[in-house]
Amino acid sequence: MQNSNYLYNSNILEVKNLNVWYRAFQALKEISLSIPRHHVIACIGPSGCGKSTFLRCFNRMNDLIPGTRISGQVLLDGQDIYNSGVDPTEIRTHIGMVFQKPNPFPKSIFDNVAFGLRINGFKGNIKEAVESSLRRAALWDEVKDRLNKSALTLSGGQQQRLCIARAIAIQPAVILMDEPCSALDPVATLKIEDLIAILKEEYTIVIVTHNIQQAARVSDYTAFFTMADDRSGILVEFGKTNEIFSNPKDKRTEDYITGRFG
Amino acid sequence: MEQDLTKSKSKIIWLGDRAKSTWGKRQNIEGRAAQIFLLICALLSIATTVGIVVSLVSQSVGFFKEVSIWEFLTGTRWTPILIPRSYGVLPLVVGTLLVTIISVIVAVPIGMGIAIFLSTYAPEQLRRIIKPVLEILAGIPTVVYGYFAITLVSPMLQKVFTNMLIFNALSAGLVMGLMIIPMVSSLSEDAMMAVPQSLKEGAFALGATRFEVALKVTIPSALSGIITSIILALSRAIGETMIVTIAAGATPKMTFNPIDSIQTMTAFIVQLSLGETPHGSLEYNTIFAVGLLLFLMTLIMNLLSQWVVSRWHRRY
Repeated sequence: MQNSNYLYNSNILEVKNLNVWYRAFQALKEISLSIPRHHVIACIGPSGCGKSTFLRCFNRMNDLIPGTRISGQVLLDGQDIYNSGVDPTEIRTHIGMVFQKPNPFPKSIFDNVAFGLRINGFKGNIKEAVESSLRRAALWDEVKDRLNKSALTLSGGQQQRLCIARAIAIQPAVILMDEPCSALDPVATLKIEDLIAILKEEYTIVIVTHNIQQAARVSDYTAFFTMADDRSGILVEFGKTNEIFSNPKDKRTEDYITGRFG
Repeated sequence: MEQDLTKSKSKIIWLGDRAKSTWGKRQNIEGRAAQIFLLICALLSIATTVGIVVSLVSQSVGFFKEVSIWEFLTGTRWTPILIPRSYGVLPLVVGTLLVTIISVIVAVPIGMGIAIFLSTYAPEQLRRIIKPVLEILAGIPTVVYGYFAITLVSPMLQKVFTNMLIFNALSAGLVMGLMIIPMVSSLSEDAMMAVPQSLKEGAFALGATRFEVALKVTIPSALSGIITSIILALSRAIGETMIVTIAAGATPKMTFNPIDSIQTMTAFIVQLSLGETPHGSLEYNTIFAVGLLLFLMTLIMNLLSQWVVSRWHRRY
């Protein structure tokens, strides 16, 4: 595995020899990599290579799918989130997630952002927290006059930024993004990308994307996944994005990013 | 290859001929026949409904000529076959509501609990066992429920309420609640399963527990379906006849005391139509007046459920 060359200081997440099975099917095979704090990490690769499965390992979302089995370690600040004593709901307050399709709750804009605060017993001023989250998600100016309107009245791009605001409201350390722009138009996509560039000052962002250009634009590091012969996902190459894109070490990476494969 | 080509060519010609000659006609005749048959089916059910309303109204007219609607709706004594006769329907309405309320108090929490369990906690295999079992509960004949109430539930309750009769509103209501549990649970569970997984995942990703997801995301999102299921169960309970005829008693009494013996509107109709009251008499026509009121009550319930569906329907 090439990523052994990349040992960074202050890695927030470390994945060690991770395997994931859905019943008999092995979805991910022997993945190891380290994710540095306050950077954007893009996961790219052809459809079905396990990028999303990989992403969902970080907040234990795969636990919700019956028949999922995991081996290996995922360390958040040195602690294995798959240790038997660890409560997945606790992990999810440290590692937030933004999904492929904007999925605001059918509630008001305010209640959407306040949702995570309320269920996690937030003690401070909820109004202020909601406002600051919406500001950080670059949505405040567009919604400040209609916080009590249903979130479903927003456009797709606004809904996705609302989902980002909702995720950052509970102050996670990491934000996972699963193809956050795949349902959005180019203008809305650009806004999310700008936002990602700002958010990485405070958060570590792991983003799965089908869009290679997007990976090149927003990320500092890129992980390229592909399918092995038995269709299980493997990590081919992980490194600084500019190196991966200008000088890929593996032929498969080069083929993918130049559009010859996938 | 050449041969293949000619074969397929001839096939096309053949199909074309056939299509020209018979296909169009056959489809037309079949289409029209089906259309007419289906139309008749639809008209038949409409005609039945209209017929029921007409007969209810026309027979009630005779009743309301002699008893004012006001007296009927506000009177608190119901003794149409005893002298002195009195035609205040409220005791029957109150009896009906009492049993209905008891049944809903039983059915809604339990039914919702089952729905939450099935949609949120239960593994797929368990779900596949529990759902059909619940549907069996819905298929038990109501007369069985009625005897279940007087032979098992009432004697058990009598250990607590020692002065209670075998025939009482509480046993009937409890057993009726049991009967409508599957309506609440099955329809609510369908509504909750229809809430997109992406919404539930959104809540999970914010650190919500399963119970919080069910309570704060799934149920609010499925609310229109859940309310509809409750209203449908309510109108089922209002119209239910056999359990209350057997188990609730035959004493029209203006009371909200659940351990009293009462009579519901439906049970009264059964009682009177089984008796020896002559057709066309005022006593006999009370059946239709009560029936009309019952019909209006369930109609309002059904309209209410439709309104809920249209008004509160959520886009996800």
